[in-house]
Amino acid sequence: MSDTHSMVAHQFDDALQQKEASTVGMWVFLVTEIMFFGGLLLAYFIYRTSYPHEFLIASHELNVTIGTINTCVLLTSSLTMALAVHAAQMGNRKGQVILLVVTMILGATFLVVKGFEYAEKFEHHLVPGSSFHFHSEATLQNPGAPEIFFSLYFALTGLHAFHMIIGLGLMTWLLVKAKRGRFSPQYYNPVEVGGLYWHFVDIVWIFLFPLLYLIDRSMLV
Amino acid sequence: MDSTQNVERQSPVDIITDTVREHYLNARYGLKSWLFTVDHKRIAILYLITITLFFFVGGFFATMIRLELATPEGDVVSAETYNKLFTMHGIVMVFFFLIPSIPAVLGNFLVPIMIGARDMAFPKINLLSWYVFVVGGIISFIAIVMGGVDTGWTFYTPYSTVYSNSYVVLTGIGIFITGFSSILTGLNFIVTIHKMRAPGLTWYRLPLFIWSNYATSIIMILGTPVIAITVLLLALERGLGLGIFNPALGGDPVLFQHLFWFYSHPAVYIMILPSMGVISEVVTCFSRRRIFGYKFVAYASLGIAVIGFLVWGHHMFVSGQSAYAGMIFSFLSFVVAIPSAVKVFNWTTTMYKGSISYQTPMLYAMGFIGLFVIGGMTGLFLATLGLNVHVHDTYFVVAHFHYIMVGGAVMGYLAGMHFWWPKMTGRNYPEGWGRFSALMVFVGFNLTFFPQFLVGYLGMPRRYHVYPPEFQVLNVMSSAGASILAVGYLIPLIYLIWSLRYGTRATANPYNATGLEWQTSSPPPVENFYETPIVTEEPYQYSPIEAEKEYALRQKEEINV
Repeated sequence: MSDTHSMVAHQFDDALQQKEASTVGMWVFLVTEIMFFGGLLLAYFIYRTSYPHEFLIASHELNVTIGTINTCVLLTSSLTMALAVHAAQMGNRKGQVILLVVTMILGATFLVVKGFEYAEKFEHHLVPGSSFHFHSEATLQNPGAPEIFFSLYFALTGLHAFHMIIGLGLMTWLLVKAKRGRFSPQYYNPVEVGGLYWHFVDIVWIFLFPLLYLIDRSMLV
Repeated sequence: MDSTQNVERQSPVDIITDTVREHYLNARYGLKSWLFTVDHKRIAILYLITITLFFFVGGFFATMIRLELATPEGDVVSAETYNKLFTMHGIVMVFFFLIPSIPAVLGNFLVPIMIGARDMAFPKINLLSWYVFVVGGIISFIAIVMGGVDTGWTFYTPYSTVYSNSYVVLTGIGIFITGFSSILTGLNFIVTIHKMRAPGLTWYRLPLFIWSNYATSIIMILGTPVIAITVLLLALERGLGLGIFNPALGGDPVLFQHLFWFYSHPAVYIMILPSMGVISEVVTCFSRRRIFGYKFVAYASLGIAVIGFLVWGHHMFVSGQSAYAGMIFSFLSFVVAIPSAVKVFNWTTTMYKGSISYQTPMLYAMGFIGLFVIGGMTGLFLATLGLNVHVHDTYFVVAHFHYIMVGGAVMGYLAGMHFWWPKMTGRNYPEGWGRFSALMVFVGFNLTFFPQFLVGYLGMPRRYHVYPPEFQVLNVMSSAGASILAVGYLIPLIYLIWSLRYGTRATANPYNATGLEWQTSSPPPVENFYETPIVTEEPYQYSPIEAEKEYALRQKEEINV
């Protein structure tokens, strides 16, 4: 198919080289992303070790039910994304479009729910800054610690949400291309690479959810 | 072994000698053809122009600093202005000149050509990296013009987050954005080197410049995101009054230092590793010998990149980190000297019994080796826990890192700029002026920074604009050296620009060097090669015996005439 051939950019010799280059490129980028979140997670571990008690109490302010629902939503979106990649591999144009749309809807749902959670934190004066107010007898020894917890909460989940927004933008671009039938069993690496990114964002949440929401669940037993 | 291997190299031909031959510079004209180019060679030129501007901005701040320090009193600028001068000198030189210098200019130009590729793996991302760099640079420059920043280039908290009355956030945003240009360049290099090599170009046939840029890219992609998130937290903390690094709110300022140096120490290797790559190319070419211990030099680059990530704590010996951490960081800092020393020994051994000619790039390279040894050895002084307490935050430290970053990185950059200038522009630089400027830079540099070792060891602290009168002699020597150094930097700026119009036309391979970049014409065509080269041998197939024979024959001819 001459159309497939024109998909190879001028700097590459063939489609295989192009596919491998884009896959390696995305993996290298994800390594960068791990280090990006890594800096924040280091700060989290330092303060969680310094203020274990205060972190535990502060994390009680997070809504585990909503967090669990959102985790399910996001995991499902990873499933539909994986299926979208499969559809692209199979050359199933309609399948790609539907699955990409479903993935985007699930991603957007996650963000909307996250938005409501943020709004609730605003109402309870749990957003770090001048209006922050956290009253608990239990944290009097280290009065600054709850605010540090919420600073890290907003930094980590905010950065995660930002990555999801970029992911949604990426998927819009993929959707347009998929609709036009640009992907084929010979050329589907943009969908695959986009999927890699989406799974990464998902995995970040898999770490954030227990670190922020589930700190003391084992102690309830 | 080398001497018996008299490989008859076919001298590379100028493929088309016609002067109107199409190449990457004259293929298209106009501003648009440059601003929207995806050609790695043109992007390299864009970077070259941008970082040269920043170099002279940073140089201006340095000039003001040395002017102020010519006398013990604070008579040129106020203490506040002085704080801003050394801060902005550091920020501009580190983030906007040294880090992009060799990778973004020479690396961008040479990596695809040296591996026989038509372009980078991701040409559009390559162009994007330049735009990101320019946006970050403009934002930081706006911060400078609006009044600057006075925290030191290290942005230590809580001074930077709570007390400083300068444009910390704006500068931080500039650095944050610029970091992504570095990440994108590193990503592009790694993928390009892995996936775009010409047929037959195995890893052990790669030029050492590629190995060192590969090692640099690893640091760029692993380290830069950490400084990005650190600067982001710093800006949030200053903007919203968070307490992550503020001890008054339960935060830990030492955590900031850990995160900062986790990037900023490896960043020194981002500056020096590509220079080492240049030196490996230049020393072999002008000694007409194969590199001594190719694999050792190659793996030393990776070794420096890896160990370089584990030594950051030596910046914090007096910051209140534990004594045990200090001991381990001290030990590891000694360990990182081993691969660095391997390189120095291998370069000198390469020169031994070589047929050496002292052209400009070689003069810079030899200057690099000498200055790097002094910079590296004084680094070991500083890595020693006890001595560090004595000289911490003195001019001894300032002298040490300038020996690495200016004596090392900038000398390497200038060696490379001269070495590949004919390839990049198709014009030769004037050799006499080149040698003269190399000498000026070497003399000026040593006169500037060697006295700083002495004055630092005697106890003069860094970052003060007044000092006791007994330090004046050494400071005047330093300021005098700085003016020689400044002239040494201005001369190449003038003659290199001059050579674009009036320089003699360069042949494809003016030094009779090996390496794929010399197999194509000067300047190279848009897609680098007329046909994809096939590589069948290791790099640096030079023969000192052949070179000596040629030299002897030339001498004889001259006598006969």
